[in-house]
Amino acid sequence: MHNSPQTPYELLNRWLQARLSSEQWGWLEQSCSASLLSNTNRGLHIALGMVPRKLGKADLALSDTELSEAQTAHAGWVPADWSVDGTARVLILLNLADRKPDEFASTLRSLCSTADVSEAIAYYRGMALFPHSAAVDEQLGEGLRTNMSAVFEAIAHNNPYPLQHFDDHRWNHMILKALFVDSRLYPIQGLDDRANPELAEILCHYAHERWAANRPVTPELWRCVGAHATPDMLSDLQRASQSDSRLEHEGAMLALSQCPLKEAAAIIAAFPETADAIANGALTWDALSYRLDSTTH
Amino acid sequence: MMFIDPHAHMISRTTDDYQAMAASGVVAVIEPSFWIGQPRTFVGSYIDYLSSIIGFERFRAGQFGIRHYCTVGLNSKEANNEELAEGVMEILPRFALKEGVVAIGEIGYDEQTELEDKYFRLQLELAKELDLPVMIHTPHRDKKRGTTRSMDVCEEHGMDPSKIIVDHNNEETVQEVLDRGYWAAFSIYPSTKMGNERMVEILAQYGADRIMVDSACDWGISEPLGVAKTAKLALQRGIPEEHVRKVCYQNALDAYGQSGQMHEDDWLNPAPIDQRTVYEGNSILRGGRDPLVEDATTKRDTDNLIIK
Repeated sequence: MHNSPQTPYELLNRWLQARLSSEQWGWLEQSCSASLLSNTNRGLHIALGMVPRKLGKADLALSDTELSEAQTAHAGWVPADWSVDGTARVLILLNLADRKPDEFASTLRSLCSTADVSEAIAYYRGMALFPHSAAVDEQLGEGLRTNMSAVFEAIAHNNPYPLQHFDDHRWNHMILKALFVDSRLYPIQGLDDRANPELAEILCHYAHERWAANRPVTPELWRCVGAHATPDMLSDLQRASQSDSRLEHEGAMLALSQCPLKEAAAIIAAFPETADAIANGALTWDALSYRLDSTTH
Repeated sequence: MMFIDPHAHMISRTTDDYQAMAASGVVAVIEPSFWIGQPRTFVGSYIDYLSSIIGFERFRAGQFGIRHYCTVGLNSKEANNEELAEGVMEILPRFALKEGVVAIGEIGYDEQTELEDKYFRLQLELAKELDLPVMIHTPHRDKKRGTTRSMDVCEEHGMDPSKIIVDHNNEETVQEVLDRGYWAAFSIYPSTKMGNERMVEILAQYGADRIMVDSACDWGISEPLGVAKTAKLALQRGIPEEHVRKVCYQNALDAYGQSGQMHEDDWLNPAPIDQRTVYEGNSILRGGRDPLVEDATTKRDTDNLIIK
């Protein structure tokens, strides 16, 4: 039915229209236009505030076909756990970006500064779809400084924005913060591609701090170390590979298997069983993360 | 027994208070916006304050297994700074519809000035426009006349008393508030407002219909366990358990639940792992730390030396 590739804006419209009653859809269409035409933002604020009251907060629950449409429309866009209210808010903002392009970035920043948690999550999840600008980028930096893990994860997880726009400094601090707030690394897009020597060094320092304090080191940490490990870091990986924690051991072993230094092979050889599991594909980072999730949730 | 504290300025309280409240059975709190001890002089301070109580404070409470709701409004003291008040009136609509905002409040009178009257009325109109309940702060001074006047003004604006909670009542105001069909809240606040022995007497005399108990704990010498302690005392002194449950839980839920923003399911059946929630559940923090409520009792003992 749809032969030509569609824009994210068109997809959001279609997904919502298919899920809302005609009365709800009518309200949303009317709010999009009415709230945007006035000169003050009062209407916009009230429309954004009314969204969950009018449309509910159900999961959007996209089909596999719809999810692949998302990928085609915007690389890396994974709206798998978006909600109806969040989606409608992103749609209203895309309307605003289209009709008032000059004001968009400043309005978006102002909305983020007074957002409730659901709004903040919706806006940050939508960032990759909004017109990119220095002001929008600054707002992402601000969002990363949040204390609320759900808001942080709206930026870091399943979001193409960091991969596409963050420089190494911001990227590295996002990874480090994810570890600090007990968040997972695997849902971060581009985790392996964006690994870099400086990050590997920072992470090894962090592992030393954790060891000094007798706190556990998450196995995911080593995922960003292996490929860029220096000979010094090999001793850290070796120490982690000897951990009593099965997951920590496996994380270090996976990292060692990605390490180009020839000394890494010798460390791996000390644990033939794990080495085999890696070699035959039974132990991967995905498999490890899956088990990590099921042991802590 | 589960409790709701429908008036608690948690932004001024410590994590120890959250722990103690959770351990006492508090499952939900309502944080009314009020003044913060020191007057605000810029609308920007107001914006950041309101952002805090709809955002970070909600998150903070969730870490202790307590659901956090709030009310937004321009308080009567600061209504007297006209420039500030105008600015606040302009930004209120953008906060009034945030998630978990259960009323416009606390609003009403302090010295009963003309400016207080003006902004009280404007905010009643806003509550009507947005279909939200109202929390009324009755004045500390000239309380009886101020309470009567607050209700007169509500009726002048065609407000429905069943959506209005009149707070900080005492023996002198309760009869009229109940007779006129409003919810009557009592703040168990040492020295200046209500004591819990007096509260139990009021429950014995008036029953439990449309009455609710809160702590109004804030930056002053106040008692975050006001609701739990009043419930315990009331039971000891023979108030029926069903009455205690109503005044310390159900009535607050019924009154503020009219906003559509507060549901028993929020704490009884929270989504197990929901990206969009800030609630950590009642027992164990994500990340595997120990249950927070357990060490609350021994923590203040300096012989308990080890800090991990």
